[in-house]
Amino acid sequence: MKKETTAAAPLTVSGITVAYQRKAVVEDVSFTLPEGKLVALIGPNGAGKSTLLKAVLGLVPSISGAVAIYGDTYKKMRSRVGYVPQRESVDWDFPTDALDVVMMGRYGHLGWIKRPGRKEKELAMSTLDKVGMADFARRQISQLSGGQQQRVFLARALVQEADLYFMDEPFAGVDAATEKAIIALLSELKRAGKTVLVVHHDLSTVEEYFDHVLLLNKKLIAAGPVETTFTPELLHETYGGKLAIVSSNGREALVKQ
Amino acid sequence: MLDWLISLWSDPNTRWILMGCTLLGLGSGVIGSFTFLRRESLLGDTLAHAALPGVCIAFMLHEVKSASLFLIGALVAGIAAVFCVSAITRWTKIKSDAAMGIVLTFFFGVGTVMLTHIQHSGSGSQSGLDKYLFGQAAAMVTSDVYILMGVSVLLVVAAMLLFKEFKLISFDPGFARGIGLPVGLLEHAMLILTTVAVAAGIQAVGVVLVAALLITPAAAARYWTDRLPVMLAYAGVFGALSGASGAAISTLGEGIPTGPVTVLAATLLFVLSLLLAPGRGLLSKTLRHRNLKADYARSAERGALNAAEGGSQK
Repeated sequence: MKKETTAAAPLTVSGITVAYQRKAVVEDVSFTLPEGKLVALIGPNGAGKSTLLKAVLGLVPSISGAVAIYGDTYKKMRSRVGYVPQRESVDWDFPTDALDVVMMGRYGHLGWIKRPGRKEKELAMSTLDKVGMADFARRQISQLSGGQQQRVFLARALVQEADLYFMDEPFAGVDAATEKAIIALLSELKRAGKTVLVVHHDLSTVEEYFDHVLLLNKKLIAAGPVETTFTPELLHETYGGKLAIVSSNGREALVKQ
Repeated sequence: MLDWLISLWSDPNTRWILMGCTLLGLGSGVIGSFTFLRRESLLGDTLAHAALPGVCIAFMLHEVKSASLFLIGALVAGIAAVFCVSAITRWTKIKSDAAMGIVLTFFFGVGTVMLTHIQHSGSGSQSGLDKYLFGQAAAMVTSDVYILMGVSVLLVVAAMLLFKEFKLISFDPGFARGIGLPVGLLEHAMLILTTVAVAAGIQAVGVVLVAALLITPAAAARYWTDRLPVMLAYAGVFGALSGASGAAISTLGEGIPTGPVTVLAATLLFVLSLLLAPGRGLLSKTLRHRNLKADYARSAERGALNAAEGGSQK
C-alpha cells in the first residue's frame, strides 16, 4: 500500500462549494493534505466544518469543485478511506452490541450478502481491545457511556484498515479516559503513516494534538503546519466577531508554548 | 375448542387461508421490523391507505376481482403516494409526518369515493369489494392464497439475504454510503418490499388496518431482545400468530372481518410484551427498581450502623 502512495497526496480538494437553499455554507475551498499527518479542521460554529467533511465524502452534494483521494476519485479509493461520523448521527437504542457495530467496518470488504465470519470477529475484538473496550464487546450500545460509544465508532473505522481517516468531532463531550484513548490511537495511526483529518473545536489542545491545521469560516482562511498557521492573527481572522474571547484563548495557548 | 381447531384444519379451503395469513404475518413482521427501526412507521399506513384507489382503478379497468391485478394496482398507487410524500417534503417546508398525513387521507378519500361509485354501479361482480376496507380472509380463493404465500416467502428471503445491508442502512445510512453501499437503491428496495407486504395483505387484513401487521409485531419484538436477528424472529412469530388468530377467529362467524381480529391479537401480544418481557418490560423494570431501592436502603442502614459503632468505640 505504502509504495504506491508516494506520488499523490492523500487528499486534494479544489474549489469545493456547498450550498443549502441557495446559501453557500462552504465557499470555494481548496487544500491538500500532507501524508502521514494529523490535521485539525477548526473554525467557529456554523463555519461549515462538518459540511466540508461530508461534501468531501460525497454525503452532501457540492455544487462545484473536485475531490481527489490519492490522486483518484473517491469512488475508486473508497476502501482506503475510513469515516467516524458524529456520535449523535445514529439511534443508540438500535438492537445491536458494540462488537457488531465494529464489525460493520468490515462490510465494505465483505461485499454483498456474505456475513462476517470468525476472521472479522477476531479483528473486531482486537480492535475493541485497542480502544480499551474489550470488556464491553457484548454490551448493548445504549448501555455505553458517550465516550464509550465514541470509542466503538473509532474502532469501527479502524477495522476498515484505511489509509486516510475523517473524524467528525470525536472529542465532543467525551470523558478523560476516552480523550486519552483517542489521542493514543491518533498517534498510533500517525506512526503507521496514516493521514487523519479531525473536525475539532477545542482550540486549547490543537497545538498539543495536531501537526497541521485548516482554518475554516465558510472560506478557507489558512492551511499549514501548526507552528506557522495556528497564530493569533489568523485565528482572529477565522473567528471574526467572536474574536475577543477566542483570540485571547489562542494567544494564551501560544504563550504557553 | 379442540373441535373447532380440528374443523379449521380439516376444511382444505380454511386450511389454505390459515396458512396464507400465518405466512403473511410472518413476512410483514420481519420486513416491518426494519420499517419500525428506521422510524418510518407511518409509512406503512400511508402505503396501505393509498392502496385503496389503486385497487378500485384495477377493478374499474378490468371488472374482475383478481388478487394479482389488485396487487399491481395497490403497488402502483403505493409508489405514487410515496412519490407525492417525497415531492412535498422536497419542494415545500412541510415535514414528512404532515406530508404523509395529507397524502394518506387524500388517497383514502379518493379511494372511498371510487368504492362508493363501484358499489352503486350495479354490476353483479362488484359485491365484496368493500371487504377490502377491513379484510375478509374467508373470501380468498386458492390463487389469492398462492400470491399471499409467494409474497411472504419473498419478504423473508429478501430480509435474510440482505440482512447485513438492511441493518446498516437502518442503523447508520451515512456510514453505509461511506463504505460504498448504494443506500438509495437499498432504501428503494426496502420501500418496495414494504409496499408488496402491504399490497398483499389488504385482501386479508384490509387497507385500514394492514399497517398494524408491519409495526405492532416489531414493536412487541423489541421488548424481548437487544439483538436484531432475534428481534426479526420474534416479530415474525408475533406476526404469524396474529395473522393465524385473525384468520381462525374470523372464519368462526359470518361477517367478522379479519383485519380487526388480527390487529387485536397483535396488540394483545404487544401489551403482554410491554408488561412481561424480561429486561425491558414494565414488570421487570419495576422489580429491578424496587430491589435497587431496597439494597440501597439496606446498605445505607448498615453504613449508618457502622458509623454509629465507630463513633461509640472512640
